Amino acid sequence: MSQISPDQELDCRGMNCPLPVLKTKKALNPMEGGQVLKVTATDPGSVADMAAFSRRTGNELVDQSQGDGEFVFFFRRK
Amino acid sequence: MSEERPKRLALIASKGTLDWAYPPFILASTAAALDMEVAVFFTFYGLPLLCKDLKAKVSPHSNPAMPMKMPFGSEGFQNFEWPIPNAISSNIPGFDTFATSMMKKSFAKKGVATIEELREACVDLDVTLIACQMTMDVFGFTRDQFIDDIDLGGAAAFLEFAADSDISLFI
Repeated sequence: MSQISPDQELDCRGMNCPLPVLKTKKALNPMEGGQVLKVTATDPGSVADMAAFSRRTGNELVDQSQGDGEFVFFFRRK
Repeated sequence: MSEERPKRLALIASKGTLDWAYPPFILASTAAALDMEVAVFFTFYGLPLLCKDLKAKVSPHSNPAMPMKMPFGSEGFQNFEWPIPNAISSNIPGFDTFATSMMKKSFAKKGVATIEELREACVDLDVTLIACQMTMDVFGFTRDQFIDDIDLGGAAAFLEFAADSDISLFI
């Protein structure tokens, strides 16, 4: 499990495509550069989608993990 | 991530049933979340998707491939595909309304956003929503029937944007 302590957390459990990506974007927008957002999702598609989101937007996916049907992502705000 | 100009997505939304309302709004909102510039041209039957009062329905009769599934009951019951004869889907008044309600419930249960939510996300993310002026005139729509955050335009207005786009899709 990650040692990173997030500045903010976002719960996307139960949401389906494309809501986790949209909510992540919305949560990152007002944050400051360098801050970390933790996102928890249950949509298996979010694994590929969050990686694509990170590559396209430049918000680095610094860590991710999964277990118990949950997927956890840590984004560092660009 | 390069520092060139943002990628551009140009969509034409030409269909107005509830199922076909999803692809343009999902792609537009997601592309905008991925820092792309997005414009969607709403024309013909796609135009009512910009109405304040969204009335999009599904029509199983005109779509024989559409699975008819129930949003409640045991898993086996939900996974069962109900065979609906055309004689029923075309003759029972309110069948489309019933099917629409079932689909909305299934979507909500699976955590899928409503069209209204996705459209709001598009507006928040500065997607350019263009209402086809010609369709407005032909079908008798007025500006006040639509949400505020739209542009009015025609084929040229859309094509000017699409000419410099990286992805163009007709939906």
